[in-house]
Amino acid sequence: MVEPDKQDHPIMAIDRDGLNALIQRLAAEGYQVIGPRVEDAAVVLGPVAGVADLPAGWTDEQSGGHYRLVADGKGEAGALFGYTLAAQGWKRYLHPPRTRLWQAHREGRSWRVEAEAAPQRYAFLGVRACELSAIGVLDRVFDNGQFTDPGYAARRSGTFIVAVNCGRAAATCFCASMDTGPKAHAGFDLALTELPGEDRAGFVVEVGSPAGAAMLQAIPHGPAAAADIDAAERAVATATAQMQRAAGGREMVADAAGVLSRNAEHPLWEAVAARCLGCGNCTAVCPTCFCTSVEDTTDLSGEVAERWRRWDSCFTLDFSYIHGGSVRRGTASRYRQWITHKLSYWHEQFGTSGCVGCGRCITWCPVGIDITEEARALAESEGRT
Amino acid sequence: MDIAAPTIRPPSGDPMLPRLFRIERVKKELSDTFTMEITPADGGPFHFRPGQFNMLSAFGVGEVPISISGDPGDPELLVHTTRVVGSVTAAICALKPGDTVGVRGPFGSHWPVEDARGADVVFVAGGIGLAPLRPAIYQIMADREHYGNVVIFYGSRTPEDLLYRRELQRWRGRFDMSTEIIVDRATGHWGGRVGVVTKLIRGGGFDRHHSIAFVCGPEVMMRFAVQTLGECGVTGDRVFLSMERNMKCALGFCGHCQFGPTFVCRDGPVYRYDAIERLFNVWEV
Repeated sequence: MVEPDKQDHPIMAIDRDGLNALIQRLAAEGYQVIGPRVEDAAVVLGPVAGVADLPAGWTDEQSGGHYRLVADGKGEAGALFGYTLAAQGWKRYLHPPRTRLWQAHREGRSWRVEAEAAPQRYAFLGVRACELSAIGVLDRVFDNGQFTDPGYAARRSGTFIVAVNCGRAAATCFCASMDTGPKAHAGFDLALTELPGEDRAGFVVEVGSPAGAAMLQAIPHGPAAAADIDAAERAVATATAQMQRAAGGREMVADAAGVLSRNAEHPLWEAVAARCLGCGNCTAVCPTCFCTSVEDTTDLSGEVAERWRRWDSCFTLDFSYIHGGSVRRGTASRYRQWITHKLSYWHEQFGTSGCVGCGRCITWCPVGIDITEEARALAESEGRT
Repeated sequence: MDIAAPTIRPPSGDPMLPRLFRIERVKKELSDTFTMEITPADGGPFHFRPGQFNMLSAFGVGEVPISISGDPGDPELLVHTTRVVGSVTAAICALKPGDTVGVRGPFGSHWPVEDARGADVVFVAGGIGLAPLRPAIYQIMADREHYGNVVIFYGSRTPEDLLYRRELQRWRGRFDMSTEIIVDRATGHWGGRVGVVTKLIRGGGFDRHHSIAFVCGPEVMMRFAVQTLGECGVTGDRVFLSMERNMKCALGFCGHCQFGPTFVCRDGPVYRYDAIERLFNVWEV
């Protein structure tokens, strides 16, 4: 929806040259611009230097355990953001898979501990609405009211965000039922909606922050035509409609939090465990899974010690290890932990769902286990749908 | 009586960075267990509440959560009793007086010692579970007149596994507290009781309607202790226990210590039993 009260930032438009100028301007201001690009037969996120790096003419086909890049037939003239989601999200930039927490130098029988230097500033180009929600979720995780993760806070506060609204939903998408998309409402500096069109279509632009307004002023832009604003809204409405269950789309069952919290004891857990490989792919691609472990290392001389933090997964046996053995010995309890944390406990911990409806865990599960279907099966076993 | 497991705010600053402590004294307690007294390299006292824990680092090896087992009334000396069960605890054990360990903390909730004033206090400890209870015992005995009966029920596998043996003997010699000890398996010249700790609870020595119980030990032992306490009239709202889960950060960031919707590092380790009763009885939470 376009809010009519945003009079101070009327809706603007940019063309592809404007987008190119935006990327270059961000780089000139010291940001490393991260955006979508085609690599290894998938859309992935990586450094982009201009519009030429973006996945023009590519879209994706996603379903349980299935991902294919598909050409839209228009090549360079095709949509730049016609895909739905990159294989991995922005988490790896804000909460990197491996990061050093500190370094210590031996001084006799003591040590001198040094904190890490200020990180790289990123500009994210192409953040989807569900992913904006996911970043909002991570913000709560790493500033929990008692402690703040200084590394995350530094990376996050330096980040410039260009959201891109979705004009299409993949078969795995269910953001509409999580109330996180497909349109970005907050949490961005600029939000673009790519206009449907046959040839090198432009973008409708909304401003979400003073930094976004200043950035827009620095690049070629103009007021958006009423017809283009309508077209942008229709594009988002199309994505919403594609996710309706009645129309063959995907939805999270109502009150998933309650369903999960009531069913810690349920035959479904063993049934899922019979399919689940325990590989942890879902936790790697999930934009909100935040669990980590730490590793301490030394150099060969033993004079320098470091502590590194790396992503971990609740699907590993080690994850719950305490002296005497792991707490969650079976795949059943590990899957239960993951989905119950995501859909239920998260509300109690952070006041929000841990699931944003991006559907990556469905796409990248090697056996296509579907979080929406498992939650629905539990709900239906309670005699409700 | 309505008592919650309380939490207090830890120090500010980068919570990931360990503070340097100098090892003053190391005492061997058991074949695999030692007590270490440490002081901050940058001086100053270290305040904590009974039941809280620290993250201890052996530089270059790793970091582990260890409960504080010293006297909260003596903040000049930080005391930890540690069992060697892995590479990090082994590395810490290998350090000598004058060496340096890293400390982050104190973290977590604590035994509601002040709130228990006026009531009988029942300590139920299993094995090394006596270590996190000792600060509460110290604090209560330093404030003895404000409490009713003070009863310690301590169970261990064998007489050789009894922690703080000389201190237990001193406590047993006191007229203002009762210390009962039991072992699973008698060895050597053991002339004391044999069995599980629930046997001691059934022996009583506390007012069933005006008692607070602090329980710490292996999860299976706590399960039976809580059940027996309940049968003896100490309801779940007056039973507190200390949970153990894998912990990597103690800040709520690493996700490892989750116990249902709670983080043991922040919401625990000390929980009021009725708050976690439902989870406590579900498999592999």
